Amino acid sequence: MQTFLDWITQHQQIIYIVILMIFVGIEVIGHVPSVLHTPLMSGANAIHGVVIIGAIIVMGKAEQDNYLALILGFLAVVLGTINVVGGFVVTDRMLEMFKKKKER
Amino acid sequence: MELNILTLCYIIASVTFIIGLKMLSNPAKARTGNLVAAAGMTIAIIGTIFLYEEEGQKLGNYGWIFGGIAIGAIVGTLAAKKVKMTAMPEMVSMFNGMGGACAALISIVEFNHLAFPVVPGWDQVVYPAAAVGHVLIIVLGLIIGSVSFAGSMIAWGKLNGKVKDFSFKGQHLFNIVLLLIILALSVYLVGWMPPQAKLIFYIILALALLYGVFFVMPIGGADMPVVISLLNSFTGVAAACGGFLYDNKVMLTGGILVGAAGTLLTILMCKAMNRSLTNVLIGSFGGGGATAAAAGKKEQGNFKEISVSDSAVLLSYANRVYIVPGYGLAVAQAQHVCHDLEKMLESKGVEVKYAIHPVAGRMPGHMNVLLAEADVPYEKLLEMEQANEEFPSTDVVLVLGANDVVNPAAKTDPASPIYGMPILDVELAKHVIVNKRSMKPGYAGIENELFFQKKTSMLFGDAKKVLQDLVGEIKNL
Repeated sequence: MQTFLDWITQHQQIIYIVILMIFVGIEVIGHVPSVLHTPLMSGANAIHGVVIIGAIIVMGKAEQDNYLALILGFLAVVLGTINVVGGFVVTDRMLEMFKKKKER
Repeated sequence: MELNILTLCYIIASVTFIIGLKMLSNPAKARTGNLVAAAGMTIAIIGTIFLYEEEGQKLGNYGWIFGGIAIGAIVGTLAAKKVKMTAMPEMVSMFNGMGGACAALISIVEFNHLAFPVVPGWDQVVYPAAAVGHVLIIVLGLIIGSVSFAGSMIAWGKLNGKVKDFSFKGQHLFNIVLLLIILALSVYLVGWMPPQAKLIFYIILALALLYGVFFVMPIGGADMPVVISLLNSFTGVAAACGGFLYDNKVMLTGGILVGAAGTLLTILMCKAMNRSLTNVLIGSFGGGGATAAAAGKKEQGNFKEISVSDSAVLLSYANRVYIVPGYGLAVAQAQHVCHDLEKMLESKGVEVKYAIHPVAGRMPGHMNVLLAEADVPYEKLLEMEQANEEFPSTDVVLVLGANDVVNPAAKTDPASPIYGMPILDVELAKHVIVNKRSMKPGYAGIENELFFQKKTSMLFGDAKKVLQDLVGEIKNL
C-alpha cells in the first residue's frame, strides 16, 4: 500500500496531466457534426502517431551491438512514421473534399 | 539549455494537438486544424532527434533514425495519396495498426533492457520492487499496442473484403477467457518477477495479438468504422504508456488526448446508429442464424418493377424529387451521372434534393464526400430529420443503392437486427423508386419491406447505366 501511495506521489505530475487530458479530450470533441466523424477519427489517428517519439528514443539509445534494439527500433520508427505521415495526409485528403462546401 | 528548448518544443506540440483536434470538429476550420497538429508533431520529432538527452548522452544512430523516417514518410504518403476515397477508413485502420505495432515494439525493446544473463543462454529479467510500475507500464503498452495492431489489421481486411465475418458459438466467452488469461499472466509477471519472465512476456504478446484478432473477427463490416475508432483510442493509450515510460510529456498528452477523444467519438458514432457500443461489439449480427431464418419466413410478397421510360416520366412531371444515395451509388461510381440527373430535372422545373442518412454507405460522411466529388451543392444535402419532415410532401423518392437506411423494419420489427436504428421514412412520399442491381439483401443481410410496399417500384440495373438512360430519356421529354 505504501509503495502504491509513494508511486502516486512520485508521479503526481504525470497523473495530473493524464486526468486533465482526459477531460480536455472529451471537451474538445463536444459537438461534432456526424459528417466530420471520419476525418476527426483520421486526425486523431495521426496525432497518436506521437508514439514515434518513443521509437526515436529507442533507436537513438540502442548500442551498436544490441541487434534486437537496432532492428526492432528501426521497424518501430518506420511504422510510427507511416502512422504520422500517412495519417495527416489522408486526413487532409478527406477534408479537401469538404473545402469547397465550407468556404461560402 | 538544449533540454529546455526540447521542453518548449513538447509544450508547443501538446498545445497544437489540443487546438488541432478542437479545430477538426469544426467544418470551416478542420483543414487548418490538421495542419496545425502536423506542424506541432514535426517540431516534437525534430526536437527529440537533436535535443533529447539522457544522463548527458544525446541520441545516436542518426543514420538509422533518418533512414527509418524517410522510408516511413514515403510509404505513408504514397499509401495515403493513392487510396480511393471509398477506401479511406481501411487506410485509417492500417495506419492505426502501424501505431499500435510501434508501441508494442517499444515495449519489447524496453523489456529486454531489463534482462541480463544469469544462466548462460537464458536471460533472466530482474527488477527491483520499486520498478514494478515501470514493468507494469511496459506490459500494458505491449498488450494494448498488440491488440490494437492485430485488431486494426483484421478491420482493414474486413473493409477490403479480404476477411470474412467469422464467429463460433461461445466466441464471446472465449474472448473473455482469453482476456482473463492475459491479465492473469501480466499480474504474475509484474507482481511475482518469476524466472521465466521473458517467456511469459512473449506468451502475453502472442495472446494479445490473438485477442486482437478474435475481438474484431465477429463484428460486421458495416460496424467497422466504430471498431476502428475504438482501436484508435486504444493506440492513443498505448502511446501514453510510452509517455509514462520515458516521462515524455508530449507522448502522454497526445496519447491520452486521442484515447479520451477517440472513446467519446466511438460513443457518438454508436449514437448516430442508435445502437449501444456493447451491441456493436458483442451483439453484432450475432443472432445471424435466428434472424435470417425469421426474415426468410416472412412473406416475400410481390414487388413492382418499373422501366426507365416510366421512371423518367414520373420524375420529370414531379414537383419535388428527393434522392437517397447509398453504398450502391458509390460502388457504381455513379455520383457524377447522378448530378447530371439532378441538373436535368431542375432544368425541367423539378425541385431536387438529397436525403443523407448518417450511416449510409460504409462510413459516416461517405455520401457527403461522394456527392462533393460530383460538385453537388452543399445546400442540396438534407440531414435525416429534415428529410423525414419533408417526405410526405415529396412526389418521388429515388433510392440509389441504399437499402438498410430505408428499411421500415427498423421501426416495426423488434426481431430485426436493425431495429431501433433511425431511418429515412421514404414510405411517406407519394412514390418510391428503388434502384438496385437485384433483389439481393444489403449489408444487414435482411429483406427490405419497403420494396414490397404499394407505393414502391423497383428499377433494376447498375446505377451508372440506369442514371445515364434516365438522363437520356428525360432530355427527350
